[in-house]
Amino acid sequence: MQQVPALKIDGITLSQSLAIIHYLEDTRPNPRLLPQDPKKRAQVRMISDHIASGIQPLQNLSVLKQMGERKTEWAQKCIASGFQALEQVLQQTAGRYCVGDEVSMADLCLVPQVANAERFSVDLGPYPTITRINKALLELEAFKVSHPSRQPDTPAELRA
Amino acid sequence: MASEKPILYGYFRSSCSWRVRIALALKGIAYDQVPVNLLKDGGQQLSAEFKAVNPMQQVPALKIDGITLSQSLAIIHYLEDTRPNPRLLPQDPKKRAQVRMISDHIASGIQPLQNLSVLKQMGERKTEWAQKCIASGFQALEQVLQQTAGRYCVGDEVSMADLCLVPQVANAERFSVDLGPYPTITRINKALLELEAFKVSHPSRQPDTPAELRA
Repeated sequence: MQQVPALKIDGITLSQSLAIIHYLEDTRPNPRLLPQDPKKRAQVRMISDHIASGIQPLQNLSVLKQMGERKTEWAQKCIASGFQALEQVLQQTAGRYCVGDEVSMADLCLVPQVANAERFSVDLGPYPTITRINKALLELEAFKVSHPSRQPDTPAELRA
Repeated sequence: MASEKPILYGYFRSSCSWRVRIALALKGIAYDQVPVNLLKDGGQQLSAEFKAVNPMQQVPALKIDGITLSQSLAIIHYLEDTRPNPRLLPQDPKKRAQVRMISDHIASGIQPLQNLSVLKQMGERKTEWAQKCIASGFQALEQVLQQTAGRYCVGDEVSMADLCLVPQVANAERFSVDLGPYPTITRINKALLELEAFKVSHPSRQPDTPAELRA
């Protein structure tokens, strides 16, 4: 499909980040990334899909290329609009993290999207719940070790 | 068991709403519909009234079992988790992953790029933009389907991927995308449209379908 990420695992190659994460959850269930309660699972998926379908695709590379000079303004608009809705939902679902007090797939979507927001200089003032959760997640080892600033292909000037 | 009928807030032509209507039909779940017109009054999904229903101000939204959910695939997964028969996701984890990969490719990689709010930003370039997004997405999808498809998107059983495919093909037709290069997509779409669940949920047969578009 000529896209990243793609994961080659167990003899197959998968793309689409949430399909990959669901596969990992189905085959390596511990520790879990989706709650057992169906309603909380649905909230995790709703938040994840909102970010992965409703925000990120609108500000990814191929779309931004089409926007020319309006690129940054467009990205800010998409992210702000999406974060406004997300802030509302999180005020209902969040505990320490996006849904309750356990890290879930929704949190895996949140942190990278906040990083995108920062890259496009989106004012995060209106989103205190998003900001609080993002900060708490960035203290966890898994979120640190996977950070863009610490990857094999991170350019020298951006390396942590 | 729920004592109230679920309520679907949707729009006849919203492809995301259509996906949920198909799922409800396939699983034999009776529901009520409250139409939300995305064009009238500046977009009824933005009204204070609808915001009280769904703070995310989006359709589809499904009120079921005392909660309100948005995001079509999250809704479909919830129906699958709570009303598992007939199933919409295969039991084998690799096939499940293929179903999700195809669904996400459509629901994240194609549809959002050509939905109303984006097209409004494109002005005159609207149709050209929509065609480009859909063609590009269908090109990748055709490749994948050649590996995964049987009678339907993944093997021979209807899955969540098929629920995503049919509404997206309808969008392609609305934007006059040439479907010639996508024979597998075309074949599967045709087979699915023969199924009752895909017919009864069709945009031409909804309570809010305008008279001139009604089947």
